[in-house]
Amino acid sequence: MTSEIILQAIVTGLMMGLIYALIAAGLSLIFGLMDIVNFAHGEHLMLSMFSSFWLWSLFGIDPIFSIPITILLMALCGIVTHYFLIRYILKAKMLIQICATFGLSIFIRSIAQLLWTPDFRNVDKPLLEGRLEVASVFIGQPQLIASIVCLAAFIGLYLFVTRTETGLALQATAQDRHAAEILGIPSNKMFAIGWAIGLGCVGVAGGMMSNYFFIFTDVGINFALFAFVAVALGGFGSIIGCLYAGIIIGLVESLGGLLIDPSFKLLYVFAIYLLVVIYRPQGLFGRY
Amino acid sequence: MMLDIKNIDVLYDDFQVIWDVSLNVNNSEMVALLGPNGSGKSTVLNTVSNLVEHKKGEIFFDKELISNIPTYHRTSIGISHVLERRRVFPHLTVKQNLLLGAWHPKAKESLDKSLSKIYKIFPKLESRSSQLAHTMSGGEQQMLAIARGLMGLPKLLMVDEPFLGLSPMVVKDLISIFKSIVSEGISILFVEQNVRLALSMADRGYVLESGRLVVSGSSKDLIDSDKVKKVFLGS
Repeated sequence: MTSEIILQAIVTGLMMGLIYALIAAGLSLIFGLMDIVNFAHGEHLMLSMFSSFWLWSLFGIDPIFSIPITILLMALCGIVTHYFLIRYILKAKMLIQICATFGLSIFIRSIAQLLWTPDFRNVDKPLLEGRLEVASVFIGQPQLIASIVCLAAFIGLYLFVTRTETGLALQATAQDRHAAEILGIPSNKMFAIGWAIGLGCVGVAGGMMSNYFFIFTDVGINFALFAFVAVALGGFGSIIGCLYAGIIIGLVESLGGLLIDPSFKLLYVFAIYLLVVIYRPQGLFGRY
Repeated sequence: MMLDIKNIDVLYDDFQVIWDVSLNVNNSEMVALLGPNGSGKSTVLNTVSNLVEHKKGEIFFDKELISNIPTYHRTSIGISHVLERRRVFPHLTVKQNLLLGAWHPKAKESLDKSLSKIYKIFPKLESRSSQLAHTMSGGEQQMLAIARGLMGLPKLLMVDEPFLGLSPMVVKDLISIFKSIVSEGISILFVEQNVRLALSMADRGYVLESGRLVVSGSSKDLIDSDKVKKVFLGS
């Protein structure tokens, strides 16, 4: 095994990891804010990929240009999810909350299969195509751009949460809902914003991935699982933790696949998850 | 009359915890709400903030009915509530906590002015402004919680158990801070279990027992009252 192949695996893993990180950040933001796990996160990713696909197939808008529309649609989807479902289960028992978002995931996937059939689709001849060769490492252009956009979105999210007034209010609501409410910060509005941003993240990731990934109704399942692992690994509610965790997962996946056996890629990732749960249940950057 | 609570009943599901309680607070007055553990003192404050709904009765503030105004509008009409056990945002800095206290537009406008004023009253908060709130001592956190409440430019400051777990030194500081707040024209309604301490600083007091108002009056009258002794010491 040559060093080039290992380098190739590292680059591939890094690029994938940045996408995992952004997807996980959306999940983590929603969880941190209202202690609700969005089990439909993968389905929301699927929706964002389909949004990108249909905008291309019906209106001929290339995925790279339809990104803002996809983000907007997903943010809207987040607000709708909050107002028509989450709002009613905020005070419910945990099992009810789990069933609600899990049910939502099945609902969305089934509707998608009904409307669009379970066929695999892809965006034919997108603007982003081809690959670069840097020091004998091949880098797919769409993958590279996708990971850069996801990293930029991640940094944007981090700055938004830590530097802006609304971000501060989001953090306050996450840390103590009632204390924030009493100071004049309406939690319901903050929750809606959290859902909009959380799914907006997924919109960026899904929109960028539609350039090079097959688009089908079950596409979100593995990504959602990886997002859960990333959130647990990074620490529940920690956004910066998602970045490190996403990169670790990406690297473990590609290096494990290269060094051991590619057919057990999922195994390595979940082995990491188990190790974290056993030895550091609060995750790398967790507070709980 | 600034705050006027008229005959409220409060129920948690089917369990009634407040029975026909009436209470009022005048302009620049310090009022103590007294009572043993579980007598419903905090519930009264939480009802005023609409964290808990009341089934019967009305609450007026500045002669306006506020019974159904949502919790997050309370600061903009002039009610700040410092919750039991401080409830500062643990993973935000002291300064961020204070900024969040000035959320409604009017408070935001005079943010710099309030901040420098707060730092004058609580000099420790200025030197600790970039420290995370959860790394401070209980007394400092209590100061921060009260300062955060003041950032909303309240006419009425409600404080739940301000002296809980504080050292005698800090208690002394806090009493003088309360007095200076009232002297600036802000009313204070506070909940306390220590009758002697509370009545030594408040103008008037109300005593609750098992969710019912037992006795009320000026601090001078209450401190010698047999009824108060009975509530706190048993018959």
